[in-house]
Amino acid sequence: MSDFIEKKSSGQADINSVPFVEVEQPGPAPLGRQAKGFWVTFSSMFKKNLTVQYPDVKAPTAPRFHGRHQLNRHPDGLEKCIGCELCAWACPADAIYVEGGDNTEGNQISPGERHGAVYQINYLRCIFCGLCVEACPTRALTMTNEYELADDKREKLIFEKEDLLAPLRQGMLAPPHPMYPGMTDTNYYNGDVKEAHPSQGETK
Amino acid sequence: MTNIELIANDPGWLIGLKAVIVFAICVVSTLLAVWTERRVLAKMQLRTGPNRVGKFGLLQSLADGVKLALKEDIIPTAADKVIFIVAPIIATSMCFMAFAVIPMTGEVNLFGQMTALQLTDLPVGVLYILAVTAIGVYGIVLAGWSSGSTYPLLGGLRASAQVISYEIAMGLSLVAVFIYAGSMSTWEIVDSQHQNIWNAVVLFPSFVIFVISMVGETNRAPFDLAEAEGELVGGFHTEYSSLKFALFFLAEYVNIVAVSALATTLFLGGYHAPPGLGFTEGWLGGWFTLFWFFIKVIGFFFIFIWLRGTLPRLRYDQFMKFGWKVLIPASIFWILTVATLRILQQEGASQTALFSFAAGVVIIVMAISSLADRSRQRLRAPKPEGEAPDFPIPKLPEVQSINVTGGK
Repeated sequence: MSDFIEKKSSGQADINSVPFVEVEQPGPAPLGRQAKGFWVTFSSMFKKNLTVQYPDVKAPTAPRFHGRHQLNRHPDGLEKCIGCELCAWACPADAIYVEGGDNTEGNQISPGERHGAVYQINYLRCIFCGLCVEACPTRALTMTNEYELADDKREKLIFEKEDLLAPLRQGMLAPPHPMYPGMTDTNYYNGDVKEAHPSQGETK
Repeated sequence: MTNIELIANDPGWLIGLKAVIVFAICVVSTLLAVWTERRVLAKMQLRTGPNRVGKFGLLQSLADGVKLALKEDIIPTAADKVIFIVAPIIATSMCFMAFAVIPMTGEVNLFGQMTALQLTDLPVGVLYILAVTAIGVYGIVLAGWSSGSTYPLLGGLRASAQVISYEIAMGLSLVAVFIYAGSMSTWEIVDSQHQNIWNAVVLFPSFVIFVISMVGETNRAPFDLAEAEGELVGGFHTEYSSLKFALFFLAEYVNIVAVSALATTLFLGGYHAPPGLGFTEGWLGGWFTLFWFFIKVIGFFFIFIWLRGTLPRLRYDQFMKFGWKVLIPASIFWILTVATLRILQQEGASQTALFSFAAGVVIIVMAISSLADRSRQRLRAPKPEGEAPDFPIPKLPEVQSINVTGGK
């Protein structure tokens, strides 16, 4: 380390050899200009104020605002999350906890072999940086615009999988159910599955 | 009938009732003043301000008061307990006392008794107000001292220095009023303005000095050095909580209303209507004068808010310099001028003598100010480049530079 620090030789310039130049101080401004500030505050009273009356009026967020996370589903209702834990690894705040589980014959939760069995995000730790979203290989994890996340108990701010899962929409079936007949997990990723097949619901 | 005679005839129950009324006016005006200040200041900053509690947030300060009263009351271990408790009581009670001599209405009918809304009228009323407000500062100084903590101590010291400095300027600015009115009784000063013209016009320099020093006296922005949040946490009330803090809060606002009322009384014609609107004074059986009184007080209060919204806090040395080197000499000079003019008038000097004296004063002032300008310019003239400064510069210790790029 001491190699990096070299002593300055005495011949080099120091502060005392710099010529002294007095910086010209501006005198007091003329009275008219001093009084201008009073006009600024006075005229502001008659301008429209900028406050948003928050709980009564909610201003929309920016479209890509980083809010609460969401675990998405395939169009037939199967979950996109495969329990790979890449989001947990990417998280700089260590806010995500994932445990993967195997998909079995009677318990098919996501297409392919694995699904996320336990999925927790701790919103006391999360910094909403979105690195987990970037890390997700299946687009299972995205962020919503929801920002009202305050609560009165620490436990309530650890969101479980049920809290994070996207709601079932038109044409979706609640998992577990088998994959679309004749489709592989690759088809799922490519977006070939558009909605649930009637047979998927029957064999439950 | 004069107010003084009216008040002298008051029966005991009426005196008690008026004391309660004065107290109520102080407390209610504090509640409204806090609300007004927060709303107006918010408007100046393009915000809304409190608007949740009650209509337009009018009950906000009441809710805050209840909240403060219910909070835990902490007395620090290092505090001097007795003084710690007495200090806010002194600060608050003294502000209320100042209001006793302010005439708020002319002759009115109060429950069948002709009287005036003024608790008492002392022959030395204005001196009494100065004395009482000066004692109020003891509350602040003692609060700072008894807290047993550094920041409050500094705040208390600042408060005492500040109030001493600005009270001199304030007292001097009042001397001109006394000379002009020939009395120190608040009602007689109001009456002399009613018969002539507002003191704010004839004694304009006194008025300006009084308005500046009353801001300094009440510890308000831009002179709020005693509680400078950015520098001293909360200043003298840092260690105070709960009701004791509320008392200081109350004292501050009652003080503002009191000095505004004093300024109204001494310079803006008190409870009388502005010139040209004198016919309104008979409305509502004389009670309309209360309206005029409070319009003027609110005007002063608005100036307080406006100053707070516009100006940054002064540096301590600038503040002291302004008080001692500008306000006090200026007011002494002005008093001398006013006193000479007044004596010339009373001795029956001719108009020519008066005018020539006034012209002489103006010429002297102009000569002094131009001389001061010249000397200031000479001081500000830049030094020739490269010349060594005439103050010593300490040598720096051996400077070591870190070579960032060099690795091996």
